Amino acid sequence: PKVCIIGSGPAGFYTAQHLIKACQDVEVDIYERLPVPFGLVRFGVAPDHPEVKNVINTFTQTAKHSRCSFYGNVNVGKDVTVGELQGAYHAVVLSYGAEGNRRMGVPGEDLPGVYSAKDFVGWYNGLPSCRELKPDLSCETAVILGQGNVALDVARILLSPSDILKKTDIAQPALEALAESRVRKVLIVGRRGPMQVACTIKELREMVNLPGTRPEMVTADFEGVSEALKDVPRPRKRLTDLLLKTALDAPGDKELERRRNAAKVWGFLFYRSPTEILADPGCSRTAGIRLAVNRLEGSGDAARAVLTGEVEDVSCGLVISSIGYKSLPIDPAVPFDSRRAVVPNSVGRVHQAAGLYCSGWLKTGPTGVIATTMNNSFDTARSLLEDMDSGALDVSAAKPGSQAVSSLLEERGVKPVTFSDWEKIDSLETRRGEARGKPREKLLSVEEMLKAART
Amino acid sequence: GSGGSALPCVFKVTVHFINRDGEKITVKASPGDSLLDVVINEDLNFDGFGACEGTLACSTCHLIFDEEVYKKLGPVTDEEMDMLDLAYGLTETSRLGCQICLTKSLEGMVARVPESVADIRQTKDGSA
Ligand SMILES: Cc1cc2nc3c(=O)[nH]c(=O)nc-3n(C[C@H](O)[C@H](O)[C@H](O)COP(=O)(O)OP(=O)(O)OC[C@H]3O[C@@H](n4cnc5c(N)ncnc54)[C@H](O)[C@@H]3O)c2cc1C
Ligand code: FES
Repeated sequence: PKVCIIGSGPAGFYTAQHLIKACQDVEVDIYERLPVPFGLVRFGVAPDHPEVKNVINTFTQTAKHSRCSFYGNVNVGKDVTVGELQGAYHAVVLSYGAEGNRRMGVPGEDLPGVYSAKDFVGWYNGLPSCRELKPDLSCETAVILGQGNVALDVARILLSPSDILKKTDIAQPALEALAESRVRKVLIVGRRGPMQVACTIKELREMVNLPGTRPEMVTADFEGVSEALKDVPRPRKRLTDLLLKTALDAPGDKELERRRNAAKVWGFLFYRSPTEILADPGCSRTAGIRLAVNRLEGSGDAARAVLTGEVEDVSCGLVISSIGYKSLPIDPAVPFDSRRAVVPNSVGRVHQAAGLYCSGWLKTGPTGVIATTMNNSFDTARSLLEDMDSGALDVSAAKPGSQAVSSLLEERGVKPVTFSDWEKIDSLETRRGEARGKPREKLLSVEEMLKAART
Repeated sequence: GSGGSALPCVFKVTVHFINRDGEKITVKASPGDSLLDVVINEDLNFDGFGACEGTLACSTCHLIFDEEVYKKLGPVTDEEMDMLDLAYGLTETSRLGCQICLTKSLEGMVARVPESVADIRQTKDGSA
């Protein structure tokens, strides 16, 4: 049987891996919009988290398997339709992630100085479409909206000493801009309270230990929190304990010394929702943000933020909204739930579309770490194999697979990038990195990537 | 090699794994190896195990132990606990395989690979 996968992030690769391992005669082709593979492992995961990127080694093994092929530089939905792929393959797995952005929906959102975390992350990670972002880092205070891991990644990158960043694979223009940055204070704002933060403890601990910075939080925000901790599950309890300790405990001598010498400050700001981005008198750029003060109704994960009617202005020159990624439809022929921004599915089987499957963030929504994506991708692969066994997926007819797609692409003037082409890009990037003491110096435009692939 | 002047007998530790299907797999491994090393060296086919290659960045090497064995495994660092907190099916006797070094005293230990739960929704990243 011939299966094609759309998207080469963790979802695409883990789905492929399971299919190839579990079934001896399945052939898998992966189509990817960019000339380079690995999705958010390359363009999302923070440059100072190289360990997380070790998954690339396993993905590379999969890509080099004799029953797997990679076709980069193919934009599905534009260069080839999902219908055409369904004609060429027995099954199509949609794993193209969540490339859209949730908007805040407040006045001033489009002022200079306001960025989405998605674009900011893309900028420091060398995503070609974010190359021109050039965020203005000439202000003292930055406000980040949202308290998930992405928000903490952004805060950490904004505050990290250049000495740390320059040894990572961060994009060179971002490294230079951050070295000149005048941002000294980062406020990480959430609608709800300390018990509802969406980050994980590893990322919080990294903030707490970040050299050259000290935490600054509002003591009153933590009222009643330690009492509420008794019956919560261990992960939430440990996370909250660390937060409490950081915010309220008197630091020991060493930590006191460290905090005294810290030139930069970060803090969580709780119970606040953005209502407006405030412009400077010339209305030309961001000068602050108006926050509505909330109170909580209910408790735990289900607690709701309710407006109190009070508002508060915070001056800042930079606002980064980190309130979530969002999947987008790529082809009108594919069912899409626009309210939840996912492809409607049961354990990866797309509703009302035989032969169509989905995995990763497109399937679950944009939450969870790579391990979560891995598990849900294995589940999708299992569903597909079950359907093959049960006959629900018809694999009796011969299908042309990549042959048919290649000729379509050729007609349309699209030249795919193979995995060995990517390895040329990879070795050029690694060599360039070496010269600068970085693990990799990423090529920053599609043109450069294609050029390297074709030499 | 000459039988007489043999090197000091190289002690091996017997480890029993129970995989996701409940199957028992018994292997012999060298003291000093981590349980992740054992899974890789013995080519044990636990899908997705050890994604970050032992760098404490993924929690896919999650293993569950009996109480008595767990007590012998030694102290857990904050960093290991931090990653464990993200593991599927976390228990009181869970550890990360890449952080456990084999010693003689662990002879005959049983390590269970937890099941992964279909379609669990974890709100751990991205959204506020
Ligand atoms: C900023 C950030 C930091 C993160 N840090 C961590 C971390 O430290 N540790 C961790 O475990 N997890 C982290 N995650 C989570 C992790 O990145 C996700 O769980 C995972 O990448 C989701 O995989 P995916 O394959 O569904 O999506 P993606 O990784 O987004 O992959 C989708 C792929 O599809 C391609 N594509 C899109 N449209 C098309 C199209 N039309 N045709 C063909 N191809 C297309 C894209 O180019 C991309 O390569 C982070 C996420 C973000 C956003
Ligand atoms: S292999 Fe990733 S934490 Fe052990």
